[in-house]
Amino acid sequence: MIRFILIQNRAGKTRLAKWYMHFDDDEKQKLIEEVHAVVTVRDARHTNFVEFRNFKIVYRRYAGLYFCICVDIMDNNLYYLEAIHNFVEVLNEYFHNVCELDLVFNFYKVYTVVDEMFLAGEVRETSQTKVLKQLMTLTSLE
Amino acid sequence: MVNALSRTVLAQSAFPQETRNPARNVKRAHSVPCSLFSLAFKPVSCARNSSLNLLPREIIADQHDWRLTMPAVKGDGMRGLAVFISDIRNCKSKEAELKRINKELANIRSKFKGDKTLDGYQKKKYVCKLLFIFLLGHDIDFGHMEAVNLLSSNKYTEKQIGYLFISILVNLNSDLIKLIIQSIKNDIQSRNPIHVNLALQCIANIGSRDMCEAFSQDLPKLLTSGDTVDSVKQSAALCLLRLFRTSCDVIQPNETASRIVHLLNDSHLGVVTAAASLIEALSKKWPEEFKGCVSLAISRLSRIVTSTYTDLQDYTYYFVPAPWLCVKLLRLLQNYPPPEEPANKTRLLECLEGILNRAQDAPKSKKVQHANAKNSVLFEAISLIIHMDSEPNLLVRACNQLGSFLSHRETNLRYLALESMCLLATSEFSHEAVKKHQETIIASLKTERDVSVRQRAIDLLYAMCDRTNAENIVAEMLTYLETADYSIREEMVLKVAILAEKYATDYTWYVDVILKLIRIAGDYVSEEVWYRVIQIVVNREDVQGYASKTVFEALQRPACHENMVKVGGYILGEFGNLIAGDQRSSPQIQFDLLHGKYHLCSVSTRCLLLSTYVKFCNLFPEIKQHIQNVFSSDHNLRNPDAELQQRAVEYLQLSKVASPDVLATILEEMPQFPEKESSLLSKLKKAKPQVEELENQVAEKKSRPAAVMRDLSATTTSKLVDLSDAVHTNGGGIGPGGDAFDIFASNGGETGIVGCNKAEALRLMLKPNGILYEDAIIQIGCKLQTKKNLARLGMFYGNKTNSAFTHFLVNAESPGELADQIVVQAKPVDPDVAAGAQFQQLINLVCLQDFSNQPIAHISFTYTSASGVPLNFNKTIYLPIYINKFFEPTDMAAEQFFSRWKTLSQPAQESQKVFPAKGPIDHESIKTKLLGLGAKVLENVDPNPENFVCAGIIHTQVLQIGTLVRLEPNRQAKMYRLTVRSNRETTAQQLCSLLAEQF
Repeated sequence: MIRFILIQNRAGKTRLAKWYMHFDDDEKQKLIEEVHAVVTVRDARHTNFVEFRNFKIVYRRYAGLYFCICVDIMDNNLYYLEAIHNFVEVLNEYFHNVCELDLVFNFYKVYTVVDEMFLAGEVRETSQTKVLKQLMTLTSLE
Repeated sequence: MVNALSRTVLAQSAFPQETRNPARNVKRAHSVPCSLFSLAFKPVSCARNSSLNLLPREIIADQHDWRLTMPAVKGDGMRGLAVFISDIRNCKSKEAELKRINKELANIRSKFKGDKTLDGYQKKKYVCKLLFIFLLGHDIDFGHMEAVNLLSSNKYTEKQIGYLFISILVNLNSDLIKLIIQSIKNDIQSRNPIHVNLALQCIANIGSRDMCEAFSQDLPKLLTSGDTVDSVKQSAALCLLRLFRTSCDVIQPNETASRIVHLLNDSHLGVVTAAASLIEALSKKWPEEFKGCVSLAISRLSRIVTSTYTDLQDYTYYFVPAPWLCVKLLRLLQNYPPPEEPANKTRLLECLEGILNRAQDAPKSKKVQHANAKNSVLFEAISLIIHMDSEPNLLVRACNQLGSFLSHRETNLRYLALESMCLLATSEFSHEAVKKHQETIIASLKTERDVSVRQRAIDLLYAMCDRTNAENIVAEMLTYLETADYSIREEMVLKVAILAEKYATDYTWYVDVILKLIRIAGDYVSEEVWYRVIQIVVNREDVQGYASKTVFEALQRPACHENMVKVGGYILGEFGNLIAGDQRSSPQIQFDLLHGKYHLCSVSTRCLLLSTYVKFCNLFPEIKQHIQNVFSSDHNLRNPDAELQQRAVEYLQLSKVASPDVLATILEEMPQFPEKESSLLSKLKKAKPQVEELENQVAEKKSRPAAVMRDLSATTTSKLVDLSDAVHTNGGGIGPGGDAFDIFASNGGETGIVGCNKAEALRLMLKPNGILYEDAIIQIGCKLQTKKNLARLGMFYGNKTNSAFTHFLVNAESPGELADQIVVQAKPVDPDVAAGAQFQQLINLVCLQDFSNQPIAHISFTYTSASGVPLNFNKTIYLPIYINKFFEPTDMAAEQFFSRWKTLSQPAQESQKVFPAKGPIDHESIKTKLLGLGAKVLENVDPNPENFVCAGIIHTQVLQIGTLVRLEPNRQAKMYRLTVRSNRETTAQQLCSLLAEQF
């Protein structure tokens, strides 16, 4: 299962942190820093997977943003790697060519997108059409 | 893929006017946005594939703001929020940011406190600002009430912000939690699925115990009712999963299993996707009740695998039909043995073959997404094939497929193939097939640029090693070791040592390998490795001469690792006579060679060498005089190190006083070590990565040798004490105490619950009463009475504040496996505690069997801070219940004590620790502490009056554990030696490490 999802930029600023297991605030901060340290030193020669404490991070970089998912050691790496991409494509569609600032100014909407696609640390919905349709319905209620 | 239709919908209806999005305007005003998808923008009609083509890992700042031509997501008009965010972004310094935030907080506080009632929009805006401030890392201590108010709004956006705030600032005020749960209840019953979903998502995000209680009725109903909307079912399934993980009694498997299982048949693939995760978890817990899921999962899988990519439309991802769902179903099937029912079995095999066939098809797209999605399914299918371990044909095909990935250009694939092959190597059917790829795997050690890939290659070489290829693999690993990354050297050394021992047919080869290990990676050779080589040499006569000759030669190299000196010293001391006939290794030369290293070595090595020297006195009487001179040099005889000095003095005296016969008897060759399993291997078998109880079975099969190895290196052998005793007499010098396991580690690790009063609780191990927890708000004291296996714990809570506590709640429990070991029952408490008041609560405990973790109590209440703000107190504390609390003292005479002591002489029954004293060694205070232990402190039993011995019986419901304790203080060395013997080995270990903390 997913333990947490982090979106960070190269400078280490967190653009989204979604936690699926309990950590206290200090621990969260520590995790955020550790993930950043682990992920940013890697380049294209490296795999998209890093062992991390008792878990592993599956991550992918888009422009200056790192999308990181922390999952259990025995989980399927490519499953989560493509879950990230699926999520990014939805964001891109929803925000129309998404960029980092969209995530900053619309942070509360990003949580909605996450909750549509992932819940309780599991993949909830994978159809981009269905997710976007739902998001549009919600947007129309505004 | 998003089809063209929905894209048009997106573009047309959702974003009528760009000007309605102030956030966008603000954003454009002060910075250049950098698109995530470089070159991402294309006209709406353009196929998305091309826009995603270039995305990852390229940074190209947009030269133009493409958005000028594109309506943005419709804003909901929280202009104030957007302005605030851009203000913060424009702050030049931390101070400026803090100032701006404080200004905003003051503003919001005054708005919330003001007379004017705020409308929903304003409330939403301010709550959202507070949330933003919190996410920036600042504390928020107000606004909770306003957020809760938003929950009852009828407007989606207001409700959403309310729920978001609640979910993120989980530190809920407990007087609000009732309100929150009530709001959630209302929303769950709402006819509007959007409201129901928000409520369910909130439950899934928080997942607290209160929620388990409140919704254990509603959720299963919602999930299985025919009226429920699909999207709500999806949320309900995962919501239930979350609550199940918090507490498994939210589900009554008998009542709901069949209805939940049938969700796999749902026509909506989203519902199936969500339900598959739920069923996967539930079937682990109740395999029997949920076994109906096997045939449903197989038929669902079969339908997906045999479909074409157009069949599933929305659920096809880059031409791969429902990859995530396939993986989930394949994973679910790994919870069960291979299906026996012929129809199911045939169908499943067809699926697996189909997946393997597709892997060979020409790709339908060149996109990495296509390959990844396809391969995610393939790897999961291979996992299932390995799990079934019954289809030789499939196993070999899987192996060939993975073999082709070994030289794929994608690093990810090479990594995963190596990882997956590790498991294939452990199956008898595919072991040989894996070996065909040995060359490629060895080559990857040399060519891979990512260390983690090389690490996997090492793991695989280790897993595929057998008698036929051991020499080759060990040789390759030794070659790689010389240049290997420091991070993996220790693990590699262990692996090489294990392989060399396991597959040695010729022990001279084994000796060569280990000595080479020490030579090229001496720093990474742990004690157990060099202990083991000595054990083997001592036990095998045929190799002793060779070993002596080889270490002698190794010691002649100019630079030689200290571990080599240790091994050389020990072996020459035992068998140096075997090579002494050769003039080139005469006794004098052997001695000079060792003594040449003497002064460069650490104290513990020098101690070992002194033992070698005294053995030389026996083996080679002709150099005895010379050795006595060395013993009597000031450097040894007056060495500040007590151990070294003692050895020098005693050995000197021994060599002088004893007649040659006596000397020969004392310094006889070491007896053979009992031929037990290699300590390395037995550790390897025992050590398992910590996995959740439920996952044990699966993980056992899947756990990589790597994970096991790491555990191995963390724990050192205790079995080898016999050897180490032979070379050192001070146990303290031997290095890290292997059994110093963290007494709380498994507690936190297993249940995720960690108490905040570890030290205080530990202090109460030897005292019946004292302070268990204290801070500025509350003091918790306790008093324990025990009788046999029953205990009564009086808890005293004192309110230290000037106002009352409300909603005071204590929830005492035995987490995880402890539930089967200790029963905890707490008397209810009054929810209100007046200012300054103290009151008592009784907790009754029954010890069913021996245990190692502590029961815990969750304490929560609402109090008022000094500034008048209601705050929530929520802490988990350990209860001071340790195994020794159930001791019954047993009086006995010296004779009886020693006869019992002897009967408990098996190695497993004894646990010993040598550790430095934390404070001054005072006879009376030690005695007081030991009296607190609960066992009888026996007087006039130990011949040394400084020592203490205790005896007692630990009562549990299932058995009585006779336990003896001996504590030997050493005032000069400021050390203790603690020995616990017990007829239950875990108790001895547990008690020994707990007690060692106390002195």
